[in-house]
Amino acid sequence: MINLKINGKPVEVPEGSTILDAAGKLGVHIPTLCRFDLSDINLHNQGASCRVCMVEVSGRRNLAPACATPVMEGMDVRTHTPRVINARRVVVGLILSNHPKTCLTCPKNNNCELQALASELSINEIAFTGKTTQHVIDVSSPAYVRDMNKCVLCRRCETMCSQVQTVNALSGLNRGFTTAVGPAFGMPIAESTCVSCGQCVAVCPTAALSEVNNVGRVWEAIRDPRKFVIVQTAPAVRAGLIDAFGLPAKVAVTGKMVTALRMFGFDKVYDTDFAADLTIMEEAAEFIHRLKHGGRLPILTSCCPGWVKFFEHQFSDMLDVPSTCKSPQQMFGAIAKTWLAKELKVNPADMVVVSVMPCIAKKYEAGRAEMAASGMPDVDVVLTTRELVKMIREAGINFTSLEDQDFDDPMGESTGAGVIFGASGGVLEAALRTAYEWITGKTLEKVDFTALRGIRGIKEATIDVDGTPVGVAVASGLGNARKVLEDIRAGRKSYHVLEVMACPGGCIDGGGQPYHKGRADILLSRMEALYAEDRGKVLRKSHENPFIKKLYAEFLGEPHSEIAHKLLHTSYVKRPRM
Amino acid sequence: MQRIADFRDLEKAHARLAARMSLRTGAKPEKAGTREVLVCGGTGCQSSRSLLLLEKLKEEIKAAGLEDLVSAHITGCFGFCEKGPIVKVFPDDVFYVEVGVEDAAEIVASHLKDDTVVTRLLFRDPARGDVPVSSHHEMDFYKKQMRVALVNCGLINPEEIEEYVAAGGYQALALCLEKKKSGEVVAEVKASGLRGRGGGGFPTGAKWEVAAAQPGPVKYMVCNADEGDPGAFMDRSILEGDPHSVIEGMAIGAYAIGADKGFVYIRAEYPLAIQRLQRAADQAREAGLLGENIFGSGFSFDVELKYGAGAFVCGEETALLRSIEGGRGEPTSKPPFPAQSGLWGKPTIINNVETLANVPQILRRGGAWFASFGSEKSKGTKVFALAGKINNVGLVEVPMGITLREIIYEIGGGIKHGKKFKAVQTGGPSGGCIPAADLDISIDYDNLIAAGSMMGSGGMIVMDEDNCMVDIAKFYLDFTMEESCGKCTPCRVGNKRVHEILTAITEGKGTLEDLERLKNLAEVIKDTALCGLGQTAPNPVLSTMTHFWDEYLAHVVDKRCPSKVCTHLLDYFINDSCVGCGLCKRGCPTACISGNKKEVHVIDNTRCIKCGTCIGKCPTKSIIRR
Repeated sequence: MINLKINGKPVEVPEGSTILDAAGKLGVHIPTLCRFDLSDINLHNQGASCRVCMVEVSGRRNLAPACATPVMEGMDVRTHTPRVINARRVVVGLILSNHPKTCLTCPKNNNCELQALASELSINEIAFTGKTTQHVIDVSSPAYVRDMNKCVLCRRCETMCSQVQTVNALSGLNRGFTTAVGPAFGMPIAESTCVSCGQCVAVCPTAALSEVNNVGRVWEAIRDPRKFVIVQTAPAVRAGLIDAFGLPAKVAVTGKMVTALRMFGFDKVYDTDFAADLTIMEEAAEFIHRLKHGGRLPILTSCCPGWVKFFEHQFSDMLDVPSTCKSPQQMFGAIAKTWLAKELKVNPADMVVVSVMPCIAKKYEAGRAEMAASGMPDVDVVLTTRELVKMIREAGINFTSLEDQDFDDPMGESTGAGVIFGASGGVLEAALRTAYEWITGKTLEKVDFTALRGIRGIKEATIDVDGTPVGVAVASGLGNARKVLEDIRAGRKSYHVLEVMACPGGCIDGGGQPYHKGRADILLSRMEALYAEDRGKVLRKSHENPFIKKLYAEFLGEPHSEIAHKLLHTSYVKRPRM
Repeated sequence: MQRIADFRDLEKAHARLAARMSLRTGAKPEKAGTREVLVCGGTGCQSSRSLLLLEKLKEEIKAAGLEDLVSAHITGCFGFCEKGPIVKVFPDDVFYVEVGVEDAAEIVASHLKDDTVVTRLLFRDPARGDVPVSSHHEMDFYKKQMRVALVNCGLINPEEIEEYVAAGGYQALALCLEKKKSGEVVAEVKASGLRGRGGGGFPTGAKWEVAAAQPGPVKYMVCNADEGDPGAFMDRSILEGDPHSVIEGMAIGAYAIGADKGFVYIRAEYPLAIQRLQRAADQAREAGLLGENIFGSGFSFDVELKYGAGAFVCGEETALLRSIEGGRGEPTSKPPFPAQSGLWGKPTIINNVETLANVPQILRRGGAWFASFGSEKSKGTKVFALAGKINNVGLVEVPMGITLREIIYEIGGGIKHGKKFKAVQTGGPSGGCIPAADLDISIDYDNLIAAGSMMGSGGMIVMDEDNCMVDIAKFYLDFTMEESCGKCTPCRVGNKRVHEILTAITEGKGTLEDLERLKNLAEVIKDTALCGLGQTAPNPVLSTMTHFWDEYLAHVVDKRCPSKVCTHLLDYFINDSCVGCGLCKRGCPTACISGNKKEVHVIDNTRCIKCGTCIGKCPTKSIIRR
């Protein structure tokens, strides 16, 4: 343990702690900007590049960055001397001098860490004027916009992209005043190995990175009397809304969400959880087929579009390993524009399928050429949870006081298995609930596979399927996925099933979710919200969903039928590694 | 060279080769007329065709039938670059300056054949009555110099390892491996008081001690040869003139800290230094002085060259390490220091070229010897690159503690064209400008910092009365602003803003408020920037504001540039000596000059863009700036 003094108060912290850690222990607030630390997902952005958290250390010639300076025995730290305050104000003033003054119309208005910092330091006037950087705004991606003119060079995105996700699409470019972060040689992000996981967007303190905003397109569709506009909501969205509206972790808001969506004027409000159940039907069947016929194992889940693009780039020698199942979002759209349209007697050409996703990669996925089973796009517009929150506010809805309503039938009905898709391990758990019963012909009494739950990056278990050990693994975060895949490729590990989610912790931490700002407790309570909803369901196995049964009986026949193949399965593309 | 398998082999090799040095150390030859001709093969003299000169000398020697008596070869930099190419003849100790290819025949015919020194090629010091001086020992440029790091430059042929061995090379390494424990090596370097010559001035022995104390087994020894200060070429000269001394210094350091692998990070813009260093490493490896089991001692060490792509910031040690690792050359926060966690997270010592060149000397002659000269806290010698408005441009090595005045006026020969000294910038772009009032401070790390500047790597740029100090500050900021890696805010944005404010001042748009803002900003940058580059970038501003405040005020309050440098603040006038030829009028791009033929012309300063074209055109020098 190390003993030091902060503002005269003694404090004891473990060796290796930073001044910031020690200050935190005393409740002393030191403003930060670039720093981002989320140990649970192995994200440590400690570049000490913004120089906002500077403090005075006795005996040191210059100021020290609290976030990156290790404590030393006997250290005497002052956090708010006039010298420190002046330095912080100058530094933030410098950042602001090269930042667009368009806060009022900025997508991050009121949610911007730089704005908050400027307010905290009472910067009422920007002391410096001069040239500003003029980067071309990169709008090449269907998922997110890169406006480097708003970048503060905190490099969180780069750390996330290279250290946590190992995608390495982002790195420092240029030098001096024109330094920026971006793909190599300044190429458009869409041409890079970026998988649109959106984790960079999730940690960006400003609007340098923000999702492509489709709210306007949704309002426009709803306003158009010729259009039949339906909406699906992914499982993790309901979990994200809880913290977005500052509600206690235990409050379920699924019913409020449905009410809000109806108030917007959607013609039908459905649940992606229904399609999650459908995915399980197809994926469990595919797994059992591979298992029984000596097919390639492990089978990899394919619901996560970021993960799909990642293995297309990084493991293109293994394209036969992933399941061919489309993601629930796309399955939903494919069924909506065929079976549902017929049921509702709606011309599929007039139907607009909107999805609300915790994810920005879903925006990209919806635009993939393969995702048009009915001859038109399965999904027309994708919103993120954040955009939904904006719509709720825009519509003047007092969300917390809304009454609960139910999803519409038939595609609003789901089992608990569909709900837990939103947490890392959930897809695998859902698949096991069904596969177990199909393989053994027995009823699975204990449906909770707790070994697969939690935020850990890699989880492994061996499941006893009536005497047959089935090796399973779960990876969340692409860096963890890479590790597991490399182990599999090298023959160091073998599993029957591997679930991968691009985002650490799964969709609850998706790139389109309300900003968690580095708080692991938010992620954990979102997970718990989904498991609580699962526990509350009467039906907890996908194949027990009555409307799924109806869908197969009336339309699809059985899993992997010809029509199921056409509508619900996809293929993969070999993509360059660099 | 024959492979050196053990310590005795080196002794034998030295005994065998030592005779090579006899003429150069002043011994009388057995046979009259035996001579050696050394031609500077440094980058500077090479660009003045010194290699052609050498070829020509060889031809003439052959033609004169002197081959058996006279040999000619290259050597490293003599330092007196102002007067290059330089040729030295031993054992006569004659120092020829500004020798052209066409002079070869005369040197051979007159000096080498007829024993008559070619007086017209000797140095003449205008300050000493223009009398020709044949020995460099009698020249003011050399009188106060003392060569330790540069000891072999101008003495041996850097391309042959035999020459280095003949001069006692690798004996220090042998001594360490045979007789000293690693801790004793560290102690000797500590006793010498040697401090880092790259700029920081951190005590080398203390740094080694930290790395030596780290648990192994993998550690690295890195040589920082990314010399980047404009006008500085100390390290280049050492690498070109005595590459083995750096390799030997690295090997000693590696032994002291427990490393077996070394990297030399060298800028790709130094092709000759790269070539000589690579050649030296290859020769050392072939001789068994690098590689496995050196001298049969069990100690192994090898070096690898890594090329820098010309980013100034990569001279900063943490950025340099990131660059070697293959990453973007960006500094990282210290602590941890590289000696604790450096290259690939392993304990790493980074020493500058000049520091390492001193190491073999210290080990051979003892730490106490090195500590016997210099000042109290800065021991030994320091190499400086003299540049700017000074008569004797070149490389000098002087004991620490010498005064600026001695360097500038005695060694440097004073200010060019008899102008008035205004300031000297030490420490490269990160240093400060020291005014005439401080010329008598004795040079050491601490005194220079106290004077608002720093030692830096040893650049010394002299300015005279024609330099505008605001413009100088802007010039240096222009450099650091461009070279900022862009990582931290104060350097990336702050130095840009400093440059903008300085630009406004030089354009007459500055206010007193700007001066206040500038000072506060410069101080905050110094206080908050991440690495040495950013922290020292404001030094030229702060030091000129301290010492030349009146010049700032003149720009801001009077809208006037006292040195007549800042064009925006100048007005152009035509005086009565104008003959009305009209040349200025025809040359003026804004047509702001009017006047009838054969009458005095007039410049409309409201439209004049101060381009100076008219001054160049005027045959009667009638146009003046004020």
